[in-house]
Amino acid sequence: MSTDSLKWLWYASPQTFYPLAGILARGCAVAAAVLAVIGLYIGFFVAPTDAQQGEAYRIIFIHVPAAWMSMFLYVVMAFWAAIGLAFNTRLSGMMATALAPTGALFTFVALWTGALWGKPTWGTWWVWDARLTSELILLFLYLGFMALQAAIDEPRRADRAGAVLAIVGVINIPIIYYSVEWWNTLHQGASVSLKSAPSMAATMFAGMIVMAAAFWMYSIAVTLVRVRCIILERE
Amino acid sequence: MLAALRCIVYRDLLLALRRRSDVATALLFFIIVASLFPLGIGAEPNLLRSIAPGVIWVAALLSSMLSLGRLFAADYADGTLEQILLGAAPLGAVVAAKALAHWLVSGLPLVLIAPVLALQYDLALPLFWVLSLSLLIGTPVLSMIGAIGAALTLGLRGGGVLLSLLVLPLYVPVLIIGAGSVDMAAAGLAPDAQLLLLAAMLITAAAFAPWAVAAALRISIE
Repeated sequence: MSTDSLKWLWYASPQTFYPLAGILARGCAVAAAVLAVIGLYIGFFVAPTDAQQGEAYRIIFIHVPAAWMSMFLYVVMAFWAAIGLAFNTRLSGMMATALAPTGALFTFVALWTGALWGKPTWGTWWVWDARLTSELILLFLYLGFMALQAAIDEPRRADRAGAVLAIVGVINIPIIYYSVEWWNTLHQGASVSLKSAPSMAATMFAGMIVMAAAFWMYSIAVTLVRVRCIILERE
Repeated sequence: MLAALRCIVYRDLLLALRRRSDVATALLFFIIVASLFPLGIGAEPNLLRSIAPGVIWVAALLSSMLSLGRLFAADYADGTLEQILLGAAPLGAVVAAKALAHWLVSGLPLVLIAPVLALQYDLALPLFWVLSLSLLIGTPVLSMIGAIGAALTLGLRGGGVLLSLLVLPLYVPVLIIGAGSVDMAAAGLAPDAQLLLLAAMLITAAAFAPWAVAAALRISIE
């Protein structure tokens, strides 16, 4: 058991992780490209046209995976931040720093594609729906994290200050989500609800899962490339 | 330990008293922001009545944020903070005492002046109590959460704007529940649920925020 854990800890050092990250990033980038091609093919050519929403619904193949990743990446970021704070490992803080821009990008993509989808379907670019609002606040949390790290010159302090903020944020996300949802029902009633959407065809679901996997691989690849840059910069 | 905490609250209050203009500025800001909305939106009484809880709460949020920068800045500049960190009193408790003092100086005046603003907005008299009570429970939460941001941005370039970027998203639940309690009462329903939720947030913040602030201060000082 001890040798196993040693093997894992071996890669906790930036120097030894650097070449591994390069190999992993290349593999994940290839996987992301292949999966994205398959996913987009399913999305554009295999999945049937939606009876109610027409062709406009096809943006969900980008939108839904992006929204999933945006939330997932924040949790991953907070996880690495917490590890870094607890064990004082340099690499964990670098991972958190490297994850933030990708997470913010996916949050923005989710909001943007949501607006593009909302215009033809709901007739409006934006509604103060609970999910939209909490996604917007999630974007603010990402931007706050990045702004805090950018404002601190000393990398170790930046890592640890960002870690505290990420952990506070991850505790707050459920509170924010439920308060916004509650506020929403209090204010405007359920005028538009994603929950009442018709259950989707199996091919649509398959397309979404494949695209989510593609985005996941893309996130790993980009994060690892960014970690390599950070390692080069700092070490 | 309690003596040390009392001493810190007393000291911070005394410092605030010696520099009364700082306290007055935040309070004036609150009043002015709340007074600007009717000028921008129009003085139609029904409209004002419906936006009053939100506007007063947002103004309170911004005003309590304005004074956050001072929470640790002076102590940081003259080295007091380092002494506190080295001292025997547990840092979490000291931080809680400082947040309490900050609330007494910047939060409590807002609670007291809010009914006057509610008059401007033509709120019904029974709502005054709900508004004041929600602010009374909610503003300490703002001080606690804000202290985390203040500790993280200590001594950084552009601290003020950065602080607002960090802290305002975290204020969202307090704003929603706080303003929601007044809306609820305005609709003729009991606001108990919202007020209890606010109280739950206060207890959670009081339990965990000092801990996070202490960690952030240690990071900022070292």
